[in-house]
Amino acid sequence: MPKKITIEPVTRVEGHGKVTIHMDDSNQVVQSRLHIVEFRGFERFIQGRPYWEAPVLVQRLCGICPVSHHLAAAKAMDEIVGAGTGDGLTPTGEKMRRLMHYGQIFQSHALHFFHLASPDMLFGIEADPNIRNIIGVALEHQDLAVQGVMMRKFGQEVIQATAGKKIHGTGAIPGGMNKSLTPEERDSFLLGKDPLNVDKMIEWSLGALDFFKSYHSQNRELVDNFANFPSSHLSLVRKDGAMDLYHGVLRAVDAEGKKILHDVDYQKYYEYIGEEVRSWSYMKFPFLKEYGKEKGWYRVGPLARMNTADFIPTPLAQKEHEIFRAYTNGKPNGMSMHMHWARLIEILHSAEMMKELLYDPDITGDQLVTKGNKQYEGVGLIEAPRGTLFHHYRINEDDQIDMANLIVSTTNNNTPMNLAVESVAKDYMNGHAVISEGMMNAVEVAIRAYDPCLSCATHALGKMPLEIKILDKSGNILDKKRSS
Amino acid sequence: MRKQKRILIYGYGNPGRQDDGLGIAFSEAIEKWADKNQIHHITCDSNYQLNIEDAELISNFDLVLFADASIEDIKEFTLTRVKCSTSKIEFSMHAVSPAFVLDLCNKIYKKSPETYLLHLKGYEWDFKEGLTPDAKHNLKEAVRRIKKVILQETGPNELAQASSVC
Repeated sequence: MPKKITIEPVTRVEGHGKVTIHMDDSNQVVQSRLHIVEFRGFERFIQGRPYWEAPVLVQRLCGICPVSHHLAAAKAMDEIVGAGTGDGLTPTGEKMRRLMHYGQIFQSHALHFFHLASPDMLFGIEADPNIRNIIGVALEHQDLAVQGVMMRKFGQEVIQATAGKKIHGTGAIPGGMNKSLTPEERDSFLLGKDPLNVDKMIEWSLGALDFFKSYHSQNRELVDNFANFPSSHLSLVRKDGAMDLYHGVLRAVDAEGKKILHDVDYQKYYEYIGEEVRSWSYMKFPFLKEYGKEKGWYRVGPLARMNTADFIPTPLAQKEHEIFRAYTNGKPNGMSMHMHWARLIEILHSAEMMKELLYDPDITGDQLVTKGNKQYEGVGLIEAPRGTLFHHYRINEDDQIDMANLIVSTTNNNTPMNLAVESVAKDYMNGHAVISEGMMNAVEVAIRAYDPCLSCATHALGKMPLEIKILDKSGNILDKKRSS
Repeated sequence: MRKQKRILIYGYGNPGRQDDGLGIAFSEAIEKWADKNQIHHITCDSNYQLNIEDAELISNFDLVLFADASIEDIKEFTLTRVKCSTSKIEFSMHAVSPAFVLDLCNKIYKKSPETYLLHLKGYEWDFKEGLTPDAKHNLKEAVRRIKKVILQETGPNELAQASSVC
């Protein structure tokens, strides 16, 4: 009997997600889908609010990556106050924003690697879930667990020092920043008591890379073949082709490495990128207009950024980038599990960037804000931890926002995540009528590689159960599992 | 004279989502009261969500009180003792529970502070700032009762037992 397997919601994925896998009579996977079942309606909510509130308001979207939304909105508002795009800010304004951003990338990637990815690597995808988590890591590899905790803490403290506070930070304002670092704050990050200083963070970042490379060398077949599929890749790059996570031009390359979006100004992103709505998901499917809905999809995030950038402008990360690129002979890398490798190179790059910025005298400067001629439209793009984040606003004569369009990183990865699920479903589920713990986690590992953040603005106690259902084609439940 | 316990009050939630901000409002209210009354043995902190680095934070305290909004079927609030989790995978990808934080603290730092979770009943969760009137009432009542714990007029276990029948 044809049947549909539903995994609902996906564990360790923020917000509500559901996976359905349709099988034919001989238990072969014929189709799989990742459904996003929560609708946020944020773009309508923000209409009517004064534009200068946007950088703070947008942090309501997400308790996980508020800094990315804060900075993307601030960049859009830079346009509106006439401060220009990215490089129009004062040196102190721009460098403080960059420090905040690299602190965010650093702590977010550290959380993902140590908390979410390392358990699967240390214990195996099919290991008992009671062991396969950071508590298990703490028991058997305490040094790694401590590093994960302290790297998160370091990044969070950088964010607090730059954004002003942990919750609803106000550091970035239209046209610049409202604070710089004090010498005491700067010195605490440079010379802080071990391990909370930037040199230790660089050392640990290199150690995490060694850990991954060792795992890779011992599990090459799994790491290279798991959810491996060709795709295009999109990200911001600096005008000279360097990786730049804060600002740049939009570049996309195809699966062969050929440029298909040629370093364009992102203020006109809508001329190049469309968004498709499909009936079975609240999350849209972005695509490059020139290549259409079927062929124009792309990946974003750490893997994409490794593939689009010509080089990384910090020495240790550049050395790792060269090794990464050489692994696929300079061609774009389509291996989903190599997202972890890419993420670790970005952790290292972020630590190096933080050190460079902390030693820059501008970081304690007092010229914080630039203003110019007011505009009525602005677009802010940033490379958030999970990928390219788009914020687009228009305002009216009364300075109220009357149009907002956001394309969040996870939305950009919608098609790739669906393809990753399908790839793994075929590899692990063909010929099986029920889901084992290992099969279920394989699907989740594929999704988690993209580190999606589906919707995480509320989390009140009593929500978010984990439920697994198996249904036949008529919707009858054949099996059901639930945990909290 | 009894030795004063080092107390951490830690509220979490998203104050941009109406009553989801109850935990943080609670932490702020206690901090304001403690500052005004020169009560030095408590520390107040807050964040959107709990995360793994909080294991290091709580290792520095004797008594930890987490505060969060709740949609559970309770009255104004309840206080429950937090035990180490059984280390199951958390549902949420990027946030962890008080029990998880306590367990991680125990495994890494070999410390097990006496830990409680204050569940504050909330009602509305839209994209708005500000608590609903009913949530404000629950907050006020919880603050009143927890002050007695901080002043050591009531033991947290006593309050936990009493609040379970609120």
